[in-house]
Amino acid sequence: MKVKVIVMPKQSVLDPQGVAVRDAIHHHGMPEIKSVRIGKFMEIEIDDSQALAEEKLHEICRDLLSNPVIEDYQLEIKN
Amino acid sequence: MKAAVIRFPGSNCDQDCFHVLNNVFGVETHYVWHKETSLDAFDLIVLPGGFSYGDYLRCGAIARFSPVMKSLVEQAEKGKLILGICNGFQILCEAHLLPGALVRNQSMHFVCEHTLLRVEGVNSPFTNAAITGQILNLPVAHGEGNYTADEATLRELNLNSRILLRYADAGGAITAAANPNGSAENIAGICNARRNVFGLMPHPERAAEKILGSEDGRVIFESILNTLGISKAA
Amino acid sequence: MTTDPAITPEIIAKHGITPDEYERIKSILGREPNFTELGIFSVMWSEHCSYKNSKRELRKFPTTGPGVLVKAGEENAGVIDIGDGWGVAFKMESHNHPSAIEPFQGAATGVGGIIRDIFTMGARPVFNLNSLRFGPISESKNGGADSESKNQKSKIATNRRLFAGVVAGIAHYGNCIGIPTIGGEIYFDESYEGNPLVNVFCLGVLRHEQIARGAAKGIGNPVFYVGAETGRDGLAGAAFASRDLTEESKEDRPAVQVGDPFREKLLLEACLELLATDAVAGIQDMGAAGLTCSTCETASRGGTGVEIDLAKVPKREVGMTPYEIMLSESQERMLIIVNKGHEQTVCDIFEKWDLPYAEVGVVKDDGMMRVLDHGKVVAEIPASKLADDAPLYEREAKPKVAKTTSEADLLKLIPSPSAGAVTESLQSLLAHPTIASKNWVYRQYDHMVRDGTVVLPGSDAAVFLIREAGKFIAATSDCNALYCSLDPREGARIAVAEAARNLACSGAVPLAVTDNLNFGNPYKPENFWQLRESVEGLAEGCRAFNTPVTGGNVSLYNENPSGPIDPTPTVGMVGLIENEKHITTQSFKDDGDVVILIGDRGSEIGASHYLKVMHGRKEGLPPRIDYTRELALHEALRALIFSDFVKSAHDCSEGGLGVTLAECCISGKKTIGAEIDFGDTGLRPDQLLFNESQSRVVISVGKANAAAALALLEWRGVTAQRIGTVGGATLEIRADGAHFTWNADTLHKAWYFAIRNCMS
Repeated sequence: MKVKVIVMPKQSVLDPQGVAVRDAIHHHGMPEIKSVRIGKFMEIEIDDSQALAEEKLHEICRDLLSNPVIEDYQLEIKN
Repeated sequence: MKAAVIRFPGSNCDQDCFHVLNNVFGVETHYVWHKETSLDAFDLIVLPGGFSYGDYLRCGAIARFSPVMKSLVEQAEKGKLILGICNGFQILCEAHLLPGALVRNQSMHFVCEHTLLRVEGVNSPFTNAAITGQILNLPVAHGEGNYTADEATLRELNLNSRILLRYADAGGAITAAANPNGSAENIAGICNARRNVFGLMPHPERAAEKILGSEDGRVIFESILNTLGISKAA
Repeated sequence: MTTDPAITPEIIAKHGITPDEYERIKSILGREPNFTELGIFSVMWSEHCSYKNSKRELRKFPTTGPGVLVKAGEENAGVIDIGDGWGVAFKMESHNHPSAIEPFQGAATGVGGIIRDIFTMGARPVFNLNSLRFGPISESKNGGADSESKNQKSKIATNRRLFAGVVAGIAHYGNCIGIPTIGGEIYFDESYEGNPLVNVFCLGVLRHEQIARGAAKGIGNPVFYVGAETGRDGLAGAAFASRDLTEESKEDRPAVQVGDPFREKLLLEACLELLATDAVAGIQDMGAAGLTCSTCETASRGGTGVEIDLAKVPKREVGMTPYEIMLSESQERMLIIVNKGHEQTVCDIFEKWDLPYAEVGVVKDDGMMRVLDHGKVVAEIPASKLADDAPLYEREAKPKVAKTTSEADLLKLIPSPSAGAVTESLQSLLAHPTIASKNWVYRQYDHMVRDGTVVLPGSDAAVFLIREAGKFIAATSDCNALYCSLDPREGARIAVAEAARNLACSGAVPLAVTDNLNFGNPYKPENFWQLRESVEGLAEGCRAFNTPVTGGNVSLYNENPSGPIDPTPTVGMVGLIENEKHITTQSFKDDGDVVILIGDRGSEIGASHYLKVMHGRKEGLPPRIDYTRELALHEALRALIFSDFVKSAHDCSEGGLGVTLAECCISGKKTIGAEIDFGDTGLRPDQLLFNESQSRVVISVGKANAAAALALLEWRGVTAQRIGTVGGATLEIRADGAHFTWNADTLHKAWYFAIRNCMS
């Protein structure tokens, strides 16, 4: 089974990478792009034979996969 | 006095920290592998610079879960002195021993150069041998040295004189030009509320010998020795 | 289970094997090869691995000397003695073609590869250098009709992208693994368009008794694989490097590997830890041709055989065929021959460092490289015939006719410049990316880790304190390829002299050389002639300066649709500085210091950067070099340095005296001017200031020592003259009644920000 995690910088945190990419897109001829934010997308494959420990997964998202000081995460469990 | 230099997989300034403590300052220093579980024997614990776990995921994000970190937290609670340099500072923030986070340099480039720092406070075990306002010339070498924290944290740090070093120009002015990475309020180093944990991005271990260009890093080590009641090495 | 394709003439040709070579393979095996064996031969006999077209020439290098502990060709890197039982292992290698396709990873994996070559010798790597060349990143001053054309703009954009990518890749790998990158050179020239050169150098330190060898010794010893899992990276990368770059080859992305510097840091520490025990009988890194190369070479060196079972090899992909596993160039892997009974030590150490490892084979006494897959033989080849008996070719050489415009004619072609033009020429030369400050680059490299960089990037040579040994090592990389394009032999002779001169300026005595030869397709007789001439020139130089070649690399087929690159025989030279007090840097220090020119004023403008940058001409003969005079210069300079007279020393190279003097003023911690007077020279001002005649160094000495310094030079029979004084805010140059002024800060800005301005 595959679980997807998206980690994004918090809205309030400056994302210099996103700014640089937005500017690059403008140079590529799309001035209407207002903003770009860059995060991380993780695909986690889980052994199907185990029962899914959803609470533990959230803990891992909070403690390891994201830094709550500067990032938010979304966990998507597909059946 | 005994000092520990923790080695995480990917630490690469460990030998430099060991050299300065052990050879330049004559302090009995030991390497501690990240899988060890006790740091009881040490008075000073150093988290050196480098790229622990390749800086993968986030700088210091994986190292903070190393077995040795449990003992590190205990030692911090006991009031032992803990010094986090560069990647070490990043690990301390990830471990919540210090507030805030270090993110990508505003310029998006890794920067290695000498910078000037202003000593903001001498009321700490790491700066008591300096003078407030003193300018130090210390090298930085990082891609993620941009200190960031929310308004409340910055207010608290300022209120309690927990910002120990800021990037400054030769005249002591805190300017954007003097800031190599865009960090909030030119913050280069901070301590915890108890003042026994200090994290800084610049490398004092690269400025402890004349032959390398600057000896300004010595004052941090001298402060530590002062605090632990050791007379300075010759 | 997939079946391998049948071997057809097309498949043989696709593997880069000629019909003759195929016959040779059949006679070695006594039968037809199978597909896996064909692949194995194709990588081992590729140009990159076998040097089949250059080996005959390489034999011309001097490789022996009293200080040589491991000579060229014996192992992965040469080792020289630095005194007190310490030695240094060093080498330079190229990663040109991968960097053209994917500059970041191409450069990064190049760095990873050269670092492995050093620690496989048992040495701890302590610093890196690199020599990089790209197409122009700035518009030429005088280009021709298409100066403003879209074509030039898009080429510049590509060159900038490659430059930025390569620098970022080197930074990424070097910084992460914690080895400082402390010097090198960077050139920009049209001939490198589409075919950048990335030559990377690494030096490591070890005690004599720590020298490790890549031989499979000890029949019955287990063979271990350690490091990263094997994937499909860089399949046939070695064969890829042996073909010219075309539009189509850009699709060959599988030939580019992705490096993991974190893994390599772990591997480095684990290997050094293991080498400190007595568990290791032999060790070899898996670089080009991965498992294939390491297996047959260790067997060949050991005079033994090695048998491995691919089922035991750690893999990160499923369904890999024996062909793929043997040819994979996955990074960060080593092959270790372990002393029987010591297997547990290997396991303990690699467990500690969380690295994959596996016992994959055994050393046998039958001289064969035998590859099994789940116990079934899939390849069986006599090891030494595979490793050492690649065909050797004699290529046809035909001199390239270069435009040898005489000095007199060059002076006629270029009108004598006005004072304003002279002033502007110096500014333009200093702002040309080849000459300008490289700070945009080295600020991205951690050049201070390991607490040893005593002379930071920006001076003539890097100087590093190897603390373990208590020794100061100076190192430099040099090659003026413009000279080589017009006269490869003289250009190569000069490259060695320039490297030695740079070391002398830092206070060092040269010890040895590593070379990286970068040339075009050797099947074109003119290219091969350039190779031969360059090798012979380098050999002469190395003999004259007593710097044996300890190893190096050959990169051929550096061509793109527009033609071959300028012949570029890069010289990496290492020297020793006996005493900390002798360490010398290039910039002027204090007001009142006396400026002395050691050597002639010179006059040769052929092949000069002045001609190229200001007049768009790569023309004329390069300056002539006289080794007797050059050696006398170095000896005298060192004598002055050892007598504590010298406050700064900087050699004359691209841009001549004008650039040299300006750099002395602007490259230090603080900008400082100088007043220079050449008196009556009888030369045109551009000829005086921008000629690139050889064997010249500008030094500054304290006022009180000037007379003694000049006397020492006179006593040694070396031409020298006092030309001025340090001080002020301007560089003033007087000659033949003319007077030129430049504001030192203005020059500094132009020089310091030139590359940054191109790249932002």
